[in-house]
Amino acid sequence: MEWETVIGLEVHVQLSTKSKLFSGSSIKFGAEPNTQASIFDLALPGTLPVFNKEALAKAVKFGVAIGAEISKRSVFDRKNYFYPDLPKGYQVTQLDYPTVGKGELAVTMDDGNERVIGITRAHMEEDAGKSLHEDYQGMSGIDLNRAGTPLLEIVSEPDLRTAREAVAFLKKLHSIIRYLDISDAIMAEGSMRCDANVSIRPVGETEYGTRTEIKNINSFRFVEKAINYEVQRQQGVLEDGGRIVQETRLYDADKDETRPMRSKEVANDYRYFPEPDLLPIVIDDEYIEAIRAQLPEMPDAKKARFIEEYSLSDYDAGVLVSSREIAEYFEVVASQSGDAKLAANWVSQDLMGLLNKSNLDISKSPVQAERLAMLVTRIKDNTISGKIAKTVFETMVEDSSSVDEIIAKKGLKQVTDSGEIEKIVDEVITNNPEQAQQYRDGKEQVIGFLVGQAMKLSKGKANPAAVNELLRKKLA
Amino acid sequence: MISSTVAELSIALKAGDISSVELTQAYLNRIAQYNGDLNAFITVCEESALEQAKAADAARAKGDTSLLLGIPLAHKDIFCTQGITTTCGSRMLENFISPYNATVVEKFSNAGVVMLGKTNMDEFAMGSSNETSFFGPVKNPWNNECVPGGSSGGSSAAVAADLCAMATGTDTGGSIRQPAAFCGITGLKPSYGRVSRWGMIAFASSLDQAGPICKSAEDAALMLNVMAGLDEKDSTSIDKPVEDYTASLGNSLEGLKIGIPKQHFAEGLSSEVEQAIRDALKEYEKMGAIIKEIDLPNSHLSVPAYYVIAPAEASANLSRYDGVRYGYRCENPVDLEDMYKRTRSEGFGEEVKRRIMIGTYALSAGFYDAYYRKAQKIRRLIKNDFSNALKEVDVIIGPTSPHTAFKLGSKSDPVSMYLEDIYTIAVNLAGLPAISIPAGSANGLPIGMHIVAGDFEEAKILNVAHQFQKLTDWHRQKPSQISGKEV
Amino acid sequence: MAFDKSEVEKIAHLARLHISESEADEVTSRITDILALIDEMQSVDTDSIEPLSHPLDVVQRLRTDEVTEQNQREKLQALAPDNQDGLYLVPKVLE
Repeated sequence: MEWETVIGLEVHVQLSTKSKLFSGSSIKFGAEPNTQASIFDLALPGTLPVFNKEALAKAVKFGVAIGAEISKRSVFDRKNYFYPDLPKGYQVTQLDYPTVGKGELAVTMDDGNERVIGITRAHMEEDAGKSLHEDYQGMSGIDLNRAGTPLLEIVSEPDLRTAREAVAFLKKLHSIIRYLDISDAIMAEGSMRCDANVSIRPVGETEYGTRTEIKNINSFRFVEKAINYEVQRQQGVLEDGGRIVQETRLYDADKDETRPMRSKEVANDYRYFPEPDLLPIVIDDEYIEAIRAQLPEMPDAKKARFIEEYSLSDYDAGVLVSSREIAEYFEVVASQSGDAKLAANWVSQDLMGLLNKSNLDISKSPVQAERLAMLVTRIKDNTISGKIAKTVFETMVEDSSSVDEIIAKKGLKQVTDSGEIEKIVDEVITNNPEQAQQYRDGKEQVIGFLVGQAMKLSKGKANPAAVNELLRKKLA
Repeated sequence: MISSTVAELSIALKAGDISSVELTQAYLNRIAQYNGDLNAFITVCEESALEQAKAADAARAKGDTSLLLGIPLAHKDIFCTQGITTTCGSRMLENFISPYNATVVEKFSNAGVVMLGKTNMDEFAMGSSNETSFFGPVKNPWNNECVPGGSSGGSSAAVAADLCAMATGTDTGGSIRQPAAFCGITGLKPSYGRVSRWGMIAFASSLDQAGPICKSAEDAALMLNVMAGLDEKDSTSIDKPVEDYTASLGNSLEGLKIGIPKQHFAEGLSSEVEQAIRDALKEYEKMGAIIKEIDLPNSHLSVPAYYVIAPAEASANLSRYDGVRYGYRCENPVDLEDMYKRTRSEGFGEEVKRRIMIGTYALSAGFYDAYYRKAQKIRRLIKNDFSNALKEVDVIIGPTSPHTAFKLGSKSDPVSMYLEDIYTIAVNLAGLPAISIPAGSANGLPIGMHIVAGDFEEAKILNVAHQFQKLTDWHRQKPSQISGKEV
Repeated sequence: MAFDKSEVEKIAHLARLHISESEADEVTSRITDILALIDEMQSVDTDSIEPLSHPLDVVQRLRTDEVTEQNQREKLQALAPDNQDGLYLVPKVLE
């Protein structure tokens, strides 16, 4: 049987505020256990929440950026369940009146086509602490530093049809969140987390199949692997005449499999009700417009501008706007070197190749934008050839000297002196009489071979255009 | 001196007739003498109280003229007090030493008030008789076979028996006013949001309010002056200027329109209480007030709605008592589930567990609309009843409780206990301010009169109460003996 | 609405309370009485009424985003029934 996969994602991003959603504790990553857990975070008797206005601003910013409905009045609710990393015994979240309502996201899929994926809602809530499963005499250790960190939970419609689409959607979402600077959104650190609701149905069927929710997916690659595993598993079950159980499953990256979570065995009844310790959040148009005014240029707009302003190809522009940092890096290189096309090639190929190879974020790049701009400038002004530039670039990774210093140190400066070039050209004509004659007889393409010989002779330093010109003159 | 009002003590301390140390020692002696029988205090802070008294005397010598400086007070054990056990009347917090102060505690401390100790209460403020306390029941100073009311029973008994000059209480459905009525003293529940709830252990967040328990309306005004005000730490605290509540205590009641809810003078009200309140109304008429019957058509629904909303909020508020970070944990839990269940079953008493069950049920899947949502709608109807009535009258007066203090152990079924708060509960649902003041007595037990006004009209209520206390001396009456001992 | 012993068991589990066999009957009957009291609410029509969550019609204040809390781990962990290496210890947590 032919199956169709239906995927919806629930993406949690930690909002990059200074303090927690309802307390003045720091949310810095990596602190010693329980050193960022105040009396409120520990749910001591008598403590009360006070709402962080920056969390609201960041949530609204997201909503405005994706053109979603923004609620003028949103309400916090309590979601009740017992778990040791949930100190109050309830999570404060937004059920019926989330701050961000319906919206949509246009995503370019692998086949190059754009698809619009619905965003159901995005609501604010508190993060939970962490249970550490190392053995403390048969006990688990609880660290509540993370408890109360502001989260924005972004829920998509079940509009995704393949694991690759889910990844493309998630990457687009990641890029928007980074553009807005509302979260670090680092999946490996848990500041962006993804749960996937997966079901399958026979092609042509309009009803959804029973879904499972996969948790604990902490990289883009695992999103794809976890969904593919789960789809295979569900197909196996259904094709064997079985039934899918609606459950929460955990993705185990080591074994590349999903398995049911034991703690969620009993269907939970969360008993939501409006949080009486907090009042409704009320905002007006003025507030929303002020946030809108702060929006940076978003990826789609930036891409259109790059194509228009720098005459880049659709593809190149797409690569360059994939992250705000890369786009900003590119614009520095383009404007300082004055050659956008060359800048685009260097950033999208050489620089990104380097970063991928060494697994570095662009913010940690060993070659800063200003230095790459200088390298491009030196190509443009014929100080070095594009080929020599590759050698210079490799050196720049290790050597923090200026581009000009490296060129000088290594003696890579392009030969443009006409006397010197003439010597080389003469030598080439002398050494290759047969080819020289062929050119004179009208075989135009032989010029390429002769230029190549001249470049070889100059160890790449001769200016190819000058060589070309002189050869043609001498053989005319 | 110990039976004096706060206003009188303030003058005596200022005049140097007595020092705070002497006064504090006098109350400590009295506590030593009577608390064994009354069980009004869970914790007595003798040493720190005397230190604070000494500091108050020293501050006065340096020119500090704060009105409550050096006056001894008791806090209900629901307020977190730094470095001092804060039990909330529960085994769950039997050994919980709070690492911080409630805002109310902080404010009294800043005013130079001496804290004598922490008073007994119904467990997590759930009760109307003080019998649900893990630390045993409190006795009514007027008759030790009777309850003092609840949940602020310890504070009320302590004030009535002169074990302190004043005390704090909290009121979720009548927990200041009903014990004040049963103990013959004055107890004010301010408007919701007037006093900070930070550090006040939550029972039902949208209903809980802290307030003064004391010997006169004037004292309540003095205490509220300290307690009231915006607190950034409590989102439900209201950003509204605090007036001087003593400023309007001289206003005439000529032309005051008093509403008498017909539903509060109906079946179930004892004849002695009814007579006492009707007599009190005559006093008001003498002062030029106009009495008018009013209708609160949904008042019969207030107890049902309350027993959905309060337990629902409580069921979540009490989830934090899980044996993980503080408080009681059961012995040798075999697994996590066992730890949760035994910790909570052993740490909570019957009434608390019952209310957690009711609240959990009311919020559970399939019942939310029929119970919780329905109760919130009724809450609006009740609020509307008051708004409509208060368009026609300035204050609403009736009995605080249908009868005087009842015998310990006489109300063993929860429903009859819940109906104890039939006149007081609606006020919490509506968030209004209300006071109970002594207005008579029957069989040697005090009768309380209930005065309600509109949002943030505490000053009006306090003056209406004060004018009555200027003409009568019910608030001056004291039990002639406490637990068989002559006073 | 009928409330029986199986309901008691389910609700007790949700609330993480242990109710023994011997208590179950008593608890069931008490709660049944209370629910009868509460059910008086059902006698009024509230279809057109908006629920009221808060007695006052006010809105949430917003707190400036700044770190105001310092590390108090030592002081606060002194309250813990069981802790080690700065962690709160609980019986094994299953995922």
